[in-house]
Amino acid sequence: MWELVRANQRRAATLVVLMAALLFLLGYTLGEALAPGAGAGGLFVAFLVWIGLTLVSYYQGDSIFLALARARRIEKKDNPVLFNVVEEMSIAAGLPKPPDVYIIDEAAPNAFATGRDPQHAVVAVTAGLLETLNRDELQGVIAHELGHVANRDVLYMMMVGVMMGAIVLLADAGARMFFYGGGRRRTSSRSGGQAQLIILVVAIALMILAPLVAQLIYLAISRRREYLADASSALYTRYPEGLASALEKISRSTAKLGVATRATAPMYIVNPLGVSPRGLADLSSTHPPISERIRILRSMGAGAGLVHYDQAFRKVTGRAVGVVPFGALAAAETRPAAPPGAPDAGSRLERVRQTTDMLWRLNRYSFVPCACGTTLKFPPAYLGRQIACPHCGTVHKVQPTAA
Amino acid sequence: MIFLFFLIVVVLVALWVMGMYNGLVGSRNEVRNSWGQIDVQLKRRHDLIPNLVEAVKGYMGHERNTLEAVTKARQQAIQVTGGVEERAKAENALSQTLRSLFAVAEAYPDLKANQNFLALQEELTSTENKISFARQYYNDAVMRLNNKIQMFPSSIIATSFSFKMEKFFEVEAAEERQAPQVKF
Repeated sequence: MWELVRANQRRAATLVVLMAALLFLLGYTLGEALAPGAGAGGLFVAFLVWIGLTLVSYYQGDSIFLALARARRIEKKDNPVLFNVVEEMSIAAGLPKPPDVYIIDEAAPNAFATGRDPQHAVVAVTAGLLETLNRDELQGVIAHELGHVANRDVLYMMMVGVMMGAIVLLADAGARMFFYGGGRRRTSSRSGGQAQLIILVVAIALMILAPLVAQLIYLAISRRREYLADASSALYTRYPEGLASALEKISRSTAKLGVATRATAPMYIVNPLGVSPRGLADLSSTHPPISERIRILRSMGAGAGLVHYDQAFRKVTGRAVGVVPFGALAAAETRPAAPPGAPDAGSRLERVRQTTDMLWRLNRYSFVPCACGTTLKFPPAYLGRQIACPHCGTVHKVQPTAA
Repeated sequence: MIFLFFLIVVVLVALWVMGMYNGLVGSRNEVRNSWGQIDVQLKRRHDLIPNLVEAVKGYMGHERNTLEAVTKARQQAIQVTGGVEERAKAENALSQTLRSLFAVAEAYPDLKANQNFLALQEELTSTENKISFARQYYNDAVMRLNNKIQMFPSSIIATSFSFKMEKFFEVEAAEERQAPQVKF
């Protein structure tokens, strides 16, 4: 496991340096092209944009993200099963402490993890996910999310995402300056001659290409991280079928996640914006196709280790190079898969009832049990002093809860 | 010139030994830390069992044997003072008795409708899971440490600083993996 984390860190460092080089090259040439000798100034601006974005996303990234997803923090008493599953998986992943648990009141089944390091990790699931999946499947999904946390994917994606953001921002600003101030600059710098012209061409080429290249790198990394988190999920649960059947159920759902945007989409376990009808992943998608992920998990056979995932990946995709970094693969032991010991936590109907009850409670609804077996639920704004049971007609006295 | 070369070689070897040594210490600490995690969950299970026995007593009074077996196995598991192997044995016996208790509970619909029992069952099942996941992590950590101690070249450092191999927390036998068969 540690080898995987370390291999990730090396990869992360390399790619971040590569993208930083791209960013600073863009800053320098833009500066030179706008005014000869202003290359250093361009570098400085690029650096400032990058530092600013990094600081904001490092310290505020998770809270911004949770606010965008309209996620709410819950306690253990709100949903003991979900909490237990999260605790079980954080033990299996060897995390220093279980992450905070958040819930999103949406019908589309989905989940994400965020937080810059395992100490500040957060995992969020939608109400639809809790209703759709049984315990084994939920375990697979939570293990996938904690795989992102343990492999430091969140921090990694954040760094790469910030780089991409900085490059896009700078290219955009450069394009505007050329558009509005280009003519004036060109007359004043006629003495530069041919060298200036070359710089100008390079700057325009970079302005168009750099954001594209940055986005392609970002998306390729994002897809790879998903495979690796799937591999980690199989390793933690020793039961690849749990995640496979969860992904199958999630992909069958037609509900769209309203709170997801293009910027937050790569964080979710499956693309919340939906996939192309052909189910094919191309260079522009954040996630690998679900059908492929399911097939890989199902062809792992009797093994649950990283080695087995890598073999299954190569068999299903037909690619010669596996997805698990070589260093991690060499250190990984073979792991037999084991069926889970936990019993199924009730039918779908029970899960729907439990989840909706939890959401009522979070919204401060009052619950009054009636002798006939019905539970009356009414909102905090209810001002009446009594309420009649719709089934048996018994009238219950109600304490006004609104302060 | 030769002296300088010699010095560089010595420094490199020293750095290498240091890295190996630190790696071994890290692995050993990981084993200890993950053992602590198992310990926490085992204690939690010991604490939950009296509540469970109390909750089911009223419903399944004539399943006295099953209840007594659980209580006895818990006593033995608490009292055991020994190495990893003895504790693993006692705790596995306790897992067995708990499993048969839950299997017998299936036959009592009243009990299965009891909120308190359901909450306790969820807690105990989850604690069982946590124990097995902690054991999984512990065994992985032990394997990493033992591999380093046995494999060349880290074995040289391990023997000269007398690092000890650790024992696995074994699941008793193949039948422990299977659900108990209950006949009525």
